[in-house]
Amino acid sequence: MATAAIPAGTKWWGGGKSPFNMSYGKAMMWYFLMSDAFTFGAFLISYGTTRFSANYWPDPNRVFNAFPGFGHANLPLAFVSLMTFILIISSVTMVLAVHEGHNMNRKGVEKYMFWTILGGLAFLGCQAWEWTHLITGTHHVLVDGVVKEMATTVSTNPWGPLVPGLMHDGHEVGTPGPVAFGGFFFGITGFHGFHVLSGVVINLIMYIKVRLGHFDQRGHYEMIEKAGLYWHFVDLVWVFVFLCFYLV
Amino acid sequence: MSTQPVLASDEISFAPQHADNAAFMKTVKKVTIILSVITIIELGLGLLMYNLSGGSHLAVLLIKGVVVILSLAKAFYITAYFMHLGDEIRNFIMTIIVPLALFIWFIIAFLYEGDSWRNLRNTRAGSYKPKTEQTVPAVKPGAEK
Repeated sequence: MATAAIPAGTKWWGGGKSPFNMSYGKAMMWYFLMSDAFTFGAFLISYGTTRFSANYWPDPNRVFNAFPGFGHANLPLAFVSLMTFILIISSVTMVLAVHEGHNMNRKGVEKYMFWTILGGLAFLGCQAWEWTHLITGTHHVLVDGVVKEMATTVSTNPWGPLVPGLMHDGHEVGTPGPVAFGGFFFGITGFHGFHVLSGVVINLIMYIKVRLGHFDQRGHYEMIEKAGLYWHFVDLVWVFVFLCFYLV
Repeated sequence: MSTQPVLASDEISFAPQHADNAAFMKTVKKVTIILSVITIIELGLGLLMYNLSGGSHLAVLLIKGVVVILSLAKAFYITAYFMHLGDEIRNFIMTIIVPLALFIWFIIAFLYEGDSWRNLRNTRAGSYKPKTEQTVPAVKPGAEK
């Protein structure tokens, strides 16, 4: 850490300098992210409350077991772990972009921002596939004594307990599960996906500004650092979305 | 590569420039490996829970607790190292971390609330003793093909 000399006994709150030794923009980015953490926290906790109030909740390993190109193979957790690793890797490339920015290396920032944006787009592509799979994929469900086809949407949930011994066209037949499942899943992963999308847009703007040499003119790459904080936050939130929806 | 710290403003004397590139890359590599390994362990525990389903309730609850702790460890590594919160002034770290302590109350209170709702509903607010066995829904003739 390079730190310019500060006279001994200087009071941080004495005026004339930033009390946190940090630029206003960066401090406010941190406080924005903290408030955003409360928004996500409130969503996840309301999901937890609803789940605790239900007698039955679908097993995520049963719901999220598909992988593109593998048809009906039972691969629990496989696709979501791919998505998790994509986000971790794009977070690492973002760290490297910020680091190159500290070293005033424009080419390096450009390279790592490019990979970060690509990682973000890959994650969004994965999420689009997963949503499509859930919304369009129907399952056999016993409703009012009749077997019906039902998909996972905000108003329908085919993932209730299975009806023992009942088969229909060679498939097990379930019962409708708690309706809240779809609303919470699409609502919270959608809110996170919207953060990823806005993160990609912010990173894209930063990439263009780096290429135009704006930060070299300004003399520092602090904007990359702020964009980086936002991007890492997206990864941080995914840790908890992953925990609450896919693991437990 | 400049050796002078690049400062964003006159009011700041701190620039998070890494004097030693090699040491920084080592930290990044270490944190990446830690995050990946924790994720793999979490996935393993998730699959273990899947295979234990129908097994001991206590064992599943224990695994869930371990997964929650591992996720908190991941959150720590991301904020402390990737977001460099660990490099900031202690007072600043506290203004971020202390408010988040509200979550402790938040989680306990609301999950307790959810559980209480479930009990009240199942027992008709205590006036009825529920059956613990699940029953199979009726199948109309003709539904089975």
